[in-house]
Amino acid sequence: MSLLILCDHDRGTLDEASLEALTFGRELAARAGIACEAVVIGAGADTALAPLATHGAQRVHLAGHDLLTDYGPEAWGETLTQLARSIGATAVMACGTDRGNEVLAHVAARLDEPFVANCIDITPGDTWTMTRVQWGGSLLEDATLDAGIRVVSVTHHAVEATLADTPAEGSLVHFTPELGVEAVRTVVKDRVVLTQGITLSTSPVVVGGGRGVGSEDGFAKLEDLAGALGGVIGCSRAVTNNGWRPHSDQVGQTGTRIAPDIYIAAGISGAIQHWVGAMAAKNILAINTDGEANMVAKAGFAVIGDLHKVIPAITEEIIRRRG
Amino acid sequence: MSEFPNRANVVVIGAGIVGSCLVGHLARLGWTDIVLLDKGPLPNPGGSTGHASNFIFPVDHNKEMALLGEQSADQFRDMELSVDCGGIEVARTEERMEELRRRMTSAKAWGIEAHLLSPAEVRELVPFVNDDVILGGFYCPTVSVVDSLETGTTMRREAIETAGCQVFANTEVLDIETAEGAGGVTTVSTVVTDKGTISTEYVVIACGVWSNRLANMAGATIPLVPTVHQMADVGPIDILAETNNEIGYPIVRDMDSFCYERQSAGSMEVGSYGHRAILHHPDEIPSNEEAALSPTEMPFTPDDFDEQMEQAIELMDMLGEAEIRYAINGLLSLTPDSMPCLGETTEVRNLWSAAAVWVKEGPGMAQVVAEWMTYGYPRVIDVHGADIARFYEGERSDEHIWSRADESFIKTYGIVHPQEQWGGRRNIDVGPYFSRQQDLDATFFQARTWERPQWFGSNADLVERYGLEERPVEWDNRWWSPITVGEHLNLRENCGLVDLSAFQIYELEGPGAVAFADRLAVNKIDVAVGRSIYTPWLTPDGGFHSDLTMMRMGEDRVRIVTGVFDGGRDEFWVRKYMPTDGSVTFRNITRQVTTLGLWGPNAPAVLGQLTDQDLSQDGSSYGSIIPIQLDCGGNKVDASLFRISYVGDTGWEVYTDWGNGPVLWDAVMAAGADLGVRPTGGGVYGSSGRLEKGYRLMGAELESEYNPLEAGLARPKVKAADFIGKEAYLAAREQGDPEVQMSVLTVEDQTDSHGRRRFMQGGNEPILTPDGNRIVDSHGRASRVTSAGFGPSVGKHLLMAYLPRELAVPGTDLQVMYMNDLYPVKVASTGAVFDADDTRMKS
Amino acid sequence: MRILVCVKRVPAPGSRINVSDDGQAVDTAHLGFTTSPHEECAVEEAVQIAEKHDGEVTVLTLGPAEAEEQLRYAASVGAHKLLLIPITGVDWDPQRTASALTTAISDIEAADGTFDLVLFGNESADAGGFQVGIRVAHALERPVVNGIKGIDLADGTASARREIDGGFEVYEVPMPAVLGIKEGINLPRYPTMKGRLASKKAEVSATAVEAVAGGQARVRLHRPLEQVSETVILGTGPEAAPAVVDLLEELGVLS
Repeated sequence: MSLLILCDHDRGTLDEASLEALTFGRELAARAGIACEAVVIGAGADTALAPLATHGAQRVHLAGHDLLTDYGPEAWGETLTQLARSIGATAVMACGTDRGNEVLAHVAARLDEPFVANCIDITPGDTWTMTRVQWGGSLLEDATLDAGIRVVSVTHHAVEATLADTPAEGSLVHFTPELGVEAVRTVVKDRVVLTQGITLSTSPVVVGGGRGVGSEDGFAKLEDLAGALGGVIGCSRAVTNNGWRPHSDQVGQTGTRIAPDIYIAAGISGAIQHWVGAMAAKNILAINTDGEANMVAKAGFAVIGDLHKVIPAITEEIIRRRG
Repeated sequence: MSEFPNRANVVVIGAGIVGSCLVGHLARLGWTDIVLLDKGPLPNPGGSTGHASNFIFPVDHNKEMALLGEQSADQFRDMELSVDCGGIEVARTEERMEELRRRMTSAKAWGIEAHLLSPAEVRELVPFVNDDVILGGFYCPTVSVVDSLETGTTMRREAIETAGCQVFANTEVLDIETAEGAGGVTTVSTVVTDKGTISTEYVVIACGVWSNRLANMAGATIPLVPTVHQMADVGPIDILAETNNEIGYPIVRDMDSFCYERQSAGSMEVGSYGHRAILHHPDEIPSNEEAALSPTEMPFTPDDFDEQMEQAIELMDMLGEAEIRYAINGLLSLTPDSMPCLGETTEVRNLWSAAAVWVKEGPGMAQVVAEWMTYGYPRVIDVHGADIARFYEGERSDEHIWSRADESFIKTYGIVHPQEQWGGRRNIDVGPYFSRQQDLDATFFQARTWERPQWFGSNADLVERYGLEERPVEWDNRWWSPITVGEHLNLRENCGLVDLSAFQIYELEGPGAVAFADRLAVNKIDVAVGRSIYTPWLTPDGGFHSDLTMMRMGEDRVRIVTGVFDGGRDEFWVRKYMPTDGSVTFRNITRQVTTLGLWGPNAPAVLGQLTDQDLSQDGSSYGSIIPIQLDCGGNKVDASLFRISYVGDTGWEVYTDWGNGPVLWDAVMAAGADLGVRPTGGGVYGSSGRLEKGYRLMGAELESEYNPLEAGLARPKVKAADFIGKEAYLAAREQGDPEVQMSVLTVEDQTDSHGRRRFMQGGNEPILTPDGNRIVDSHGRASRVTSAGFGPSVGKHLLMAYLPRELAVPGTDLQVMYMNDLYPVKVASTGAVFDADDTRMKS
Repeated sequence: MRILVCVKRVPAPGSRINVSDDGQAVDTAHLGFTTSPHEECAVEEAVQIAEKHDGEVTVLTLGPAEAEEQLRYAASVGAHKLLLIPITGVDWDPQRTASALTTAISDIEAADGTFDLVLFGNESADAGGFQVGIRVAHALERPVVNGIKGIDLADGTASARREIDGGFEVYEVPMPAVLGIKEGINLPRYPTMKGRLASKKAEVSATAVEAVAGGQARVRLHRPLEQVSETVILGTGPEAAPAVVDLLEELGVLS
């Protein structure tokens, strides 16, 4: 009787989102009256174990296999499925990241059980009831879950990762799944690094531009400001559709979700598509000629004016203060 | 963002092209304490302005639309927010070519440069047009494209800077409250919004498609319905992109597919008025938050657009490979008669409407409303056709508005005959003789909501009797019958019975009634009981507001009889100026009193059979009203005999209780059976009989741009009592002879360039000098046909027009343009061309 | 090359999504419908692959009869065959949907041959269940990777790129395979006017498929509580720059 939480890592570096899942999961497990257990899969997993107990994992499973060289959705899904069965887990959980949801979908398919993705609240019981996000967070769904083994993910950023009041025991258990070659048809074969250092999803400062930027060239001013702040450029879907910026710069439901210390949104009206990608920002500064734009209304701070004049002025002011 | 005010002089709701221009014009006219609200963001609050195609084709057959379009185009040019790109209406059918020739005529009337082009010439201007599918084009080089959003911003800025106008976007009006004003008149008092409540003297609703919903909040109506106009932006298209220009080619209106193609930088906007009418209730329009694009850019329904798409590709092959990048069901406003809704609402004092206005007329119509609020009537142009007071109750229901919009949407690019009748929503108001008239195979024309017989099929024998013929060209023959000539000639020879039940009849009663009536009218109302007064009512600037008959029915009772087209406006005018001290009461008795006209040399003999009363000019003098009892087949019917004539032969308007109508009709028909009495339609009463006598008609000859001197309706003396417009009227008299004079002209040769005899319709055809030049007075007023019709008793086609005094001389040779052909005309009179000394009526 | 794309008809909302009175669906009274954005890209990718490899694109949807509109849209941008699994009432849950799709795909393949590639969107724009493609792949015993933003085909293998922070991962997947596509893999073309007109004539085959409901059930949809925040206006125009930089200092991002 346990809740088994997949803790993701990238070649030995624990994904912070896993700690959110642990934080959420240990509460859930306590209310359900079951144990909270974590699993880390694959090569390098052993270096990612340290914070798991302090975040509430009573037991930590270290799953390894010769074929588990790198991330592979099918192999990880198969491994997790076998582990869940072997320990008699009543629920399997992960954070609702790209990988988390992907692996859990494989688990659910293999278990022939339902999978409820991106929950923000779960009430355990004979039938679990939960609230999950739809439309990237614009809408919530109350749902029920009837299953032998409950497979659920918790929405990324739904909770902040916190240490457990008292660290759990975190005893280490090794697990070796039975894997055939078909399980590793889909393992990462290669990685290509395009950006060194900070990226859109991790940058503490994002300078975003929308339709109001007006052209591809118009982003030069935004780049200057981002450069001065050590931040990166983001953009709205309208910008991508106009071909002014690559899709990898797109902030939004179908682009990147950002969570910077400050998001400077210039010439962005604030359509829902964009907003759901930006709403996790800790602070938002909107720059818009229209004081009544949606983005202005939703932002904590705003400057009313033409971004083509305001942004260079801010960049200049930064440079001036730095002497 | 200033603090939200709790007081204002005027609150304008809606910051689209109309509301934004309105605050600018109000500021220019000296208004202060102006607040402009919109529920959407700025500069594009999400109404129809935001997706407008923003082009102005200046030529319109309708005078108000043409002149206000021109006025607006000038304002856009003054702001430098307009580009002349030219525009071509192309024809695929011969019928459309004829319509384009009619367009040429209207262009000439308004002084707008225009050319008829061959298909090859169209192709020279627009090289991507397939000239195989068109027969020709109507090219207007001054067609322009404007920036409507920037215009709004500019006008708002002017109002903010010069008059301290306060603008609040994202502010939704939740309610418009009224209070009881002086005399118990429901008066607007407060605008409740989600940001606060403003008490105010005036409120203007400039909310486009939402206007009726806003008006309903105050208990008023602005009869319009949000209607879909589909458009798609397709591209990229190289030949357009190569112009490096927002618009480098003339706009093409493919009239017969009800589509236009307008360049928009590197792509083409294809807009359609050819699909089924798609109407929405205002509640079906999403909020700014709910809408995927904007509230009035509703989800595109591609099935409705496919036929237009095929036709567009047929005209411009390159469109086939162009990508559909943006397509919407754009909303615009349609009214029951396709004209705007301007002016003060009739239900709520100081609540004004500036709605159902397109971008192309926006600035001009905003000016109209601002002037109206300032001066009591617009100065720039007469707007009886756009006055919201024109609508009767029966025209304000959703059922009516939707039916009319459903029928008229396709007419946006259609060929609409000046006499064109509606198919649906007929028989709303009918006279007491309706079933009898149906039995007599009457053809009814609808005047607003009222059915009036235009001619009677039962009189078909008169066609043979008088040797009459159909007109050779179908257009001239449409909505016309030679029977109407037969009815005319029979009336002149024997006698005609005319149903006048559609007269709008009001009574003023009370100790202040006569004095108040005198305040409305130019001519003296304080006359002997039993006398009638034919009189203009003037605007404060001395132009015509109304032209009607008033009757002194008693010491403290005055009856007002006006035409069915003017009833709404006249009733509202009375109510607006009525004393609030209780000294006058107003009653609309239209549905209580019916009127029959009986005219012709045999009229006294016919009526004489129903009464022993002396019906000679001694016993029933011209202009008198006498009470009488008529013996209608044993039934005693009380009636009033009003000796008057609008057709030129002796006779009476007989007024009686509505319920007596059928009995009276039967009695007159029986009495006249051997005296040649025939039921006679509006074709005689409103057209041929009137025109032979040169009688002026409100809304045609009589408009607020003209005064009684110019219309030839000034009396030798001016009464002592004050009346609305008196000061201006006296000033006009001071100046001596008027600059123009209403005249009747005869068409000397009706033969067109194809050798066919043609009949002008009275649709603003220009009167030209023998050299073919326009005739324009110092106020910019062009000479044009205000009414036209055949005069059977004079054997000539008759035209009415204002002419400069030096030309308004009998015998002067001029020309008229009709369907782009020129015809010689001669000035016949400034009065009547038939029985000029009124012998037939008065002896 | 035979490619199948599974698409979903979803509402195209504005900046606020309303829920129907019974809480079971999005209130679509004011809304148009579209193909879920990831899937629109999947259709484009399929058409591009078909153009390059002389292939045939089949588009399959499970949805209301009106979903024919989305199928025709796919045809207007180059899809060849259109298949509809009609359902009535509210959306099916992910297990039921996946089961029906699996049955339909198996039937098509039995008749016409295996699809070399089956493309799904990474997740639907509305429900966002993140699982239907993977369930179908599992049932069909085919490899599957989600989050794909680039595909190269060679020698029976699909080299699929998946975006990660700062770069991408590469998967070498043997075909037949299933891929979950993400927006950004391409910029989908718009239909041409001729394409639209031609799509009107395209044949849509509709076949009802039964499947049992899964263990996840909807109770109701609702809108999250809106955080109403007061916006601090730092100023107007370039003059606001010092106030902005003060703020940046205060937030500690100016180091």
